Amino acid sequence: MNKILEIKNLNASINDKLIIKDFNLTVEENEIHVIMGPNGSGKSTLSKVLAGHPSYEVNSGKITFCNKDLLDLDPEIRAHEGLFLAFQYPIEISGVTNYDFLRIAYNEKQKYLKQEELDPLEFMGLTQKVLTKLDMNPSFLNRNLNEGFSGGEKKRNEILQMLLLNPKLVILDEIDSGLDVDALKIICDGIIKNLDKKASLIVITHYPKILSYLKPKFVHIMTDGKIIKTGNLELVERLEEKGYSAFTKT
Amino acid sequence: MSDKKNETNFEINKVINQPYKYGFTTNISNEKFPSGISEEIVSLISEKKEEPDFLKNFRLKAYKKWKTMEFPTWANLKVNEIDYNGITYYSVPKQKKQLNSLEEVDPEILKTFEKLGISLSEQKKLSNVAVDAVFDSVSIATTYKEKLAKSGVIFCSISDAVLYYPKLVKKFLGTVVPPGDNFFGALNSAVFSDGSFCYIPQNVTCPLELSTYFRINDKDSGQFERTLIIAEKNSSVNYLEGCTAPQFSENQLHAAIVELIAFENASIKYSTVQNWYSGDEKGVGGIYNFVTKRGLCIGKNSKISWTQVETGSSITWKYPSCVLLGKNSSGEFYSVALTNNFQQADTGTKMIHLAEKTTSKIISKGISCGNSKNSYRGLVKIGLNANSSRNFSQCDSFLIGANSLACTYPYLDIWNPNSIIEHEAKISKVSEEQLFYLVQRGISVENAVSLLISGFCKDVFTMLPMEFATEADKLLSLKLEGTVG
Repeated sequence: MNKILEIKNLNASINDKLIIKDFNLTVEENEIHVIMGPNGSGKSTLSKVLAGHPSYEVNSGKITFCNKDLLDLDPEIRAHEGLFLAFQYPIEISGVTNYDFLRIAYNEKQKYLKQEELDPLEFMGLTQKVLTKLDMNPSFLNRNLNEGFSGGEKKRNEILQMLLLNPKLVILDEIDSGLDVDALKIICDGIIKNLDKKASLIVITHYPKILSYLKPKFVHIMTDGKIIKTGNLELVERLEEKGYSAFTKT
Repeated sequence: MSDKKNETNFEINKVINQPYKYGFTTNISNEKFPSGISEEIVSLISEKKEEPDFLKNFRLKAYKKWKTMEFPTWANLKVNEIDYNGITYYSVPKQKKQLNSLEEVDPEILKTFEKLGISLSEQKKLSNVAVDAVFDSVSIATTYKEKLAKSGVIFCSISDAVLYYPKLVKKFLGTVVPPGDNFFGALNSAVFSDGSFCYIPQNVTCPLELSTYFRINDKDSGQFERTLIIAEKNSSVNYLEGCTAPQFSENQLHAAIVELIAFENASIKYSTVQNWYSGDEKGVGGIYNFVTKRGLCIGKNSKISWTQVETGSSITWKYPSCVLLGKNSSGEFYSVALTNNFQQADTGTKMIHLAEKTTSKIISKGISCGNSKNSYRGLVKIGLNANSSRNFSQCDSFLIGANSLACTYPYLDIWNPNSIIEHEAKISKVSEEQLFYLVQRGISVENAVSLLISGFCKDVFTMLPMEFATEADKLLSLKLEGTVG
């Protein structure tokens, strides 16, 4: 199996406050990892650090992504190399249609990979296919990026982007927040059925519900900036019964 | 609204500072008057141009009026004192003697316009656009004259109009912007050198888009052009204006007047892409752009629409306005103003509703970067008799970086109780989260900022003619290059 991501002894902070502390994680091809933890444990910070948010500082440690030193790469290069972060709160941008945005993002990646860029018509063909897979209405494309989208629509739009950009590693940052059960199922199905077979997932969540759809191989419990326990789905059952405190006390 | 704290970790300030592309000068010999302004100089300009008496008197009257007027200080601008005697008021490329064809134009000047992307040779002309090119003070060439003449449209330099159509000029010149209207209007009325004249007869839809391209070349010259457009009953015209100037460390003065008159059922659409030299990154040099633009909707159902994209000039002071005199007439103002470095813009519009059922719409988008100051100033006046009139205004500002300033000064002067006025204003910033989102999708920071800006300006860009819209979009991205990094 090929290693997709290897995080070693990562320490990261924001505004001089250390949030991620000696964090270690290895993700291989076609694996699903879940990170659960109480509020403020550093889960979202981890996803931002991986994607290269400029407000976060990496103090020490090493991150290898597909054999490259991730910390050396600009955030847009990380994206081109196959890292995709599905946002907890996708941003609204007015005046820019979803379609233009998708095409620009797609073509920038094609350019980086020295592959053919698609003109608006060709790209429409590609997008239509993905829309059908996700059971999305094509009128989505003509609306401004995420503007006035419902919570469910925004999350579905994240998955549409994900499928078009065909990443190697997807981080789902609380994709389940604000979604009802039906919407959550559609999104999870969309991910599982359509994501590249080699791609891996890191799922950040508070709620066990999403796990019954995604069936992760690894479950990690994170508190105070590091993983304190790793197991499988059984860990979730214990967690539901006893809460995070059961793990912090051991 | 300003913010001392640098609110984003993406270094936006690198994106904007792209060197000015049009900053070259052309070496041609000029015939110039000595610098300075006096009654003699004003008379001399008129004599040099062999103008009829009415125009000479018009100029002298304006000059006398100007002498009594004071520089307007109400705008939110910091202006270095202008030495009106240090300016050359008349500068003409030599060999200007009745040009009959383009072959007679100095090849250096033709080359300048080629470099600017304005081709005057008719074989290579922009499709469906007739161009009048104004170089320093004088109109160099007007293309497509004959084709236009067939439909009865007159499109020529204002100097030619004075010579060949003196009655029309006498009848309309100064009727929209009277000689004593304001300080810079009066100065222009005294010393204006050239500009474009356009007359659309009754029932004619102008078959081409008309375009004037202004270029200041000479270092000490001011440019004082004057444009007059008349659309008779049931006629319509689309007019485009573009501007550039070379890079000098001195400030140069540009004080223009544009007058539009629309009769019954006529419509005039006037679009500007202004890219005068804006000074360097320390704020040295650049054009002082003090312009009076006004349109008169004199007939029933007439319509005047202003669209402007203002990216250049060290100082912009400009309020394209509509006076709605005809019943059911309408005025529109769509504006994008981008300021960077130490540029200052105080721009907006005046919509004066004087008849019933008149409507106006204002969409203004201000973008401020660097240490620049960008103000919207707009007046909506509804007169006592303007029953059932309507105005909608939307003024949005967009701040990039931590030291820029955006202000909105709306003035509402409402005398009629049966009218509806709506005003919306919004100030937003490029947020780090927006940038991060786009960058995470693989879009570089620079392209992300451009994308945000074109999204912000979309409502205005869609009003521009196609090729202008593309140009404007490119111009903005160019200006933005280097603000982020």
